[in-house]
Amino acid sequence: MKNYLTLKIQEVRRKKRKLFCVFLTLGYPSIAATERLILSSEQAGVDIIELGFPFSDPLADGPTIQYSSEQAIKKNVTIKDALALVRRLRQKGSKIPILFFGYFNPVFSYGGKDFARDARDSGMDGLIIPDLPPEEEVAFQKICRKQKLHRVQLVAPTTKDARAKMLVGKSQEFIYYVSLKGVTGAQKAMPADLKAHLSKLKRMTAKPVLAGFGISTPEQARAISQMSDGVIVGSAVIEHLKRGVPVAERFILKMSRAIHGS
Amino acid sequence: MRNLPDAKGHFGPYGGRYVPETLVKACEELTSAYRTIKNDKKFRKELSIYLETYAGRPTPLYEAKNLAAHFGHGRIFLKREDLLHTGAHKINNTLAQGLLAKRLGKTRIVAETGAGQHGVASATAACVFGLKCVVYMGAVDMERQALNVYKMKLLGAEVRPVHSGSKTLKDATNEAIRDWVTNVEDTHYLLGSVVGPHPYPSMVRDFQEVIGRETRRQIVKAAGHLPSYLMACVGGGSNSMGFFHPFLRDRSVRMIGIEAAGEGVETSHHAASITKGRPGILHGMKSYLLQDKNGQVQLAHSISAGLDYPSVGPEHSYLKDSGRVAYQAVTDADALKGFDLLTKLEGIMPALEPAHALGYLPKLMPKTRRSDTVVVCLSGRGDKDIHTVQQHL
Repeated sequence: MKNYLTLKIQEVRRKKRKLFCVFLTLGYPSIAATERLILSSEQAGVDIIELGFPFSDPLADGPTIQYSSEQAIKKNVTIKDALALVRRLRQKGSKIPILFFGYFNPVFSYGGKDFARDARDSGMDGLIIPDLPPEEEVAFQKICRKQKLHRVQLVAPTTKDARAKMLVGKSQEFIYYVSLKGVTGAQKAMPADLKAHLSKLKRMTAKPVLAGFGISTPEQARAISQMSDGVIVGSAVIEHLKRGVPVAERFILKMSRAIHGS
Repeated sequence: MRNLPDAKGHFGPYGGRYVPETLVKACEELTSAYRTIKNDKKFRKELSIYLETYAGRPTPLYEAKNLAAHFGHGRIFLKREDLLHTGAHKINNTLAQGLLAKRLGKTRIVAETGAGQHGVASATAACVFGLKCVVYMGAVDMERQALNVYKMKLLGAEVRPVHSGSKTLKDATNEAIRDWVTNVEDTHYLLGSVVGPHPYPSMVRDFQEVIGRETRRQIVKAAGHLPSYLMACVGGGSNSMGFFHPFLRDRSVRMIGIEAAGEGVETSHHAASITKGRPGILHGMKSYLLQDKNGQVQLAHSISAGLDYPSVGPEHSYLKDSGRVAYQAVTDADALKGFDLLTKLEGIMPALEPAHALGYLPKLMPKTRRSDTVVVCLSGRGDKDIHTVQQHL
């Protein structure tokens, strides 16, 4: 099966295009809404979807994503639902790269080996597990590599240079730079040292470096995508989603235009 | 077995550091600072002065003869951590970490609390060392433990209610960690038990090990030999870990960790993570965890708020699998009987946490021999629980 993430990265490299990655919480406000949003995002020019899997204890997340997670858990969303959704999207011809974004325990509970196989089989292209650094669960990381389920690593402002080099080396296809200290959530102002951090990272690798955590307006998105290879937007999408699917869709389109410059 | 964890904080398959990248640097810095300070004579001397002159160490080892007579044979000793300042073993850890925070140049500590005992002990240590203190507490717990909330405020701490998730200890822990990630430059996270990412499980154990070291000396003096049994309650597991650890190599010493069975381990209302859970990842560690079939964390339940935690320290998980420590679960009802027994026979009102260990004596004592000695860690006093006891007895 094709890995759409690999194809996408090759494509933007050729076209020298910025990447726009949208985070959605699976099952918030419903699985049908998540499905519709992925399809409309693809239409709106979004490059990558991070399919956030709800967890009871989202350590790295701020109030907005905590809220969407809690709502989704009330609906008993499971890993099987995530896999079925991706399978359905692929059957409908969707080619947007989809990354599973979730805390490790639900994956561990499902079984690491089974998860890697079933996720790839469903058409999932990669995964981001924020609470699984490369030092832990080495066997699972090998299985993912074998299945060609790409693992993207996060790099934080506090990450020391030697460690950043290691993470950049391990991260597949692109690097997720956490652009602020603390937890996820929309911010009014971006940190002043963002540009310096991004250029340092870019000197370490030829892989695209995307910035996420706290980006909430088209102006921020445009500015940051100019100093990076693209942006990841999560909490701000969920904030709009609280006011309805069409509101979120309009926001995603606006952000996409700001980043892609059309 | 006494040399665990490994350099990355693993106790066999458990422990480790399952944290977001934003926390890695903070954990690494703390690990290296702790490694330096651990063998620093000046730090150890300073800490031992605080433990002695402020907290009230060493705590006595009391032979509970009436209790033993009640069971007809054997000797029962109580390690009196309940006599410490602030009423429980928690102060051993908060003084040590408070001193560590000061050494690290931090000006602020954050802590999580369930019943409020660790919160009060943290606020107390913050007073002593002149640190700012913010305690995260589930909104539900704040209602249940209004008196401790007031105490923390009197001590100058800010108590922040947590409204996310189940609004209890596990969510307060998440929130304290989030605060730490955001304010790591000036803030130390004063974690209250042998849980969390490396180095916390081994660091907190080391700070609580004073319980076991004193017990070892005292029991040999009092009984002339090592004990046959050690018994302590296990929530996160800090008093039991500190109590057991110096005896792990003594093969003749049998150890029993007592979990909270709540309304019974066959119901869904218990906190017996080792007895009923399966390995999982929460709060930066791999350990036994109460979770549903999809890997979502389940709520713990116990009459004792201090045992109300859905996971357990990773070293306990390791000791369970290796068979070195036996783990049993005692119900709310049996813990209350334990409370009543000690109060009536010895004039000591235990906290409901160690009352669980006492609640297991009726099962253990008939199996012991005449010459056996049993030492129970009485980790805290019962004042905080009188209201709960009044409702149930």
